[in-house]
Amino acid sequence: MNTAAFSLPPRLPGRVALANAALALLCLALALWALSLGRMEIGPADLLALIAGENTPQARVLGGIRLPRMVTAAAAGAALGISGAVIQSVARNPLGSPDIVGLTTGAATGALVQILLQGPSALGTSLAAIGGGLATAGLVYLLARRDGVVGSARLVLAGVGTGAVLAALNGLMLVQGALDEAMSAALWLAGSLAARSWMHAAPVAIGVLCLAPPLLWGARSLSLIEMGDDTARALGIRVEATRVAMAAAAVALAAIATGAAGPIPFIALAAPQIARRLGGSGQVPVLGAGLTGAALVLGGDLVTQAAAPAVNLPIGQIAGILGGLYLLGLLATRPR
Amino acid sequence: MRDGLTARGLTLGYEGRTICRDLDLALPKGEVTVIVGPNGCGKSTLLRGLCRLIAPAAGEVRLEGEDIHRMPTRLLAQRLAMLPQSSTAPPGITVADLVARGRHPHRRAFGGWSAADAEAVAHALDATGVAEMAESAVDTLSGGQRQRVWVAMALAQDTGWLLLDEPTTYLDIAHQIDLLDLFAALNRERGVSIVAVLHDLNLACRYADRLVVMAEGRIVAEGPPARVLTAELVDQVFGLPCLIVPDPVTGTPMMVPRGRHPARAAAE
Repeated sequence: MNTAAFSLPPRLPGRVALANAALALLCLALALWALSLGRMEIGPADLLALIAGENTPQARVLGGIRLPRMVTAAAAGAALGISGAVIQSVARNPLGSPDIVGLTTGAATGALVQILLQGPSALGTSLAAIGGGLATAGLVYLLARRDGVVGSARLVLAGVGTGAVLAALNGLMLVQGALDEAMSAALWLAGSLAARSWMHAAPVAIGVLCLAPPLLWGARSLSLIEMGDDTARALGIRVEATRVAMAAAAVALAAIATGAAGPIPFIALAAPQIARRLGGSGQVPVLGAGLTGAALVLGGDLVTQAAAPAVNLPIGQIAGILGGLYLLGLLATRPR
Repeated sequence: MRDGLTARGLTLGYEGRTICRDLDLALPKGEVTVIVGPNGCGKSTLLRGLCRLIAPAAGEVRLEGEDIHRMPTRLLAQRLAMLPQSSTAPPGITVADLVARGRHPHRRAFGGWSAADAEAVAHALDATGVAEMAESAVDTLSGGQRQRVWVAMALAQDTGWLLLDEPTTYLDIAHQIDLLDLFAALNRERGVSIVAVLHDLNLACRYADRLVVMAEGRIVAEGPPARVLTAELVDQVFGLPCLIVPDPVTGTPMMVPRGRHPARAAAE
């Protein structure tokens, strides 16, 4: 027998590595483009000036306005993509993404309560969004549970129901709140990357840096769990513990992203599907979905800035339009 | 018995419903054991209990003397492999990549792919006869080939014990024999101890060193098929009147059901 013939796996399958490299390059290009975009002409030299610590007007605009906006977009996109990949895998359902099962709506509820009670503050809103997201996840989990088992279809239904109630609650809060607070709350609810400061960018960037590595590491276990609980257990995976830990981290990521940029729909739903198609392997595409999410939000933000600078379209609406079209396209091209 | 798989006072069930009650069982190392019994008798539950897929309500299971419920999950998976009734292959995964997943319990969290891993996968692909399709996608294979790939994944786990829950279900008779021959070869050539749940009594008698017959959550008979399988037992356990004759090929017991309707040809 020729053992040398199969010195194969589990090389990251070449296509996945290639797809991820391409996505990373795309993100970099979009990020640089985003930095160059705006009323003031800013070039690569100004970026170097900023890094060198020079205090030119260009460097101030770059460091104080464009950089935080770009970082918020990239980090929120990556957070939503990773979160979607993990939650879809745990829920065993491509519809089990944080925006469909009410988690981003719940995060928004938390944020709205905070904005209406205390007025908008970047850090407070982020924290309130995380609290809202985690509380909603707990509620959906309890509602979906029957006889100790959480069914995939039940989870999605419980999530959609909870999301609908919370969305109505969010609307109610806007109507009931004082006008000024209601206005800023409505703006936030549209999902916007305009006027993001480091107070917005830092929590979500730190969240991604802290939570992405363990989730990337856990992707291997999740891939095994997708073959069936018994099969994964037989391979030495602690299935329940893995699932709960991964889901909790993923919910936190989606909520942090919502806190920073408002609710951006469809990224968490679409990014993992796109990444799976690009990579074409049986792995849960945590890294690919993160990169795809970052590229989608960076790209969406470029569209809002470049195409309609005067209108200042919020990223949430752009993502909604693009994501809706994507879903319809998926329905049209897929048999059945 | 210190070097076998043993259960003592084992009671198993789901959500407070007891399926198997107070079972004692001792399976020696190096044998092929086949568990048979009518539908719902608890044979799959017993198998799941023996490999810790369900926790016992009472009693214990010991693998070569060690309580399996006190062993770390990963260490147990290095010594005992289990092929459940159904597993889902991720869409698009290749045979080699799926089989490589069997190496999970041997890999360190951030460890790379070792020579031992490559060798175990190569052996598993070779032993199950799926080496030529290593680069094919699992979803393009036939049912029989796919089942061999799952067996290869369990083999790549490189364990002394292999537990199989109805591995021949959904396979045509040729593929059933094929797969059972493979298990017999693994047992004889590599000394793998095999415990399988099967439905077909005649195949069970052919391939088993030891037959475990279950009914209503209890073990009603256990031992070499030639000693265990009698017409009275089959009638008692399955409620099926039958004849037991020697298998013309192997000499092992062969069950021939009487049935209520004699064949048309014989009646005429």
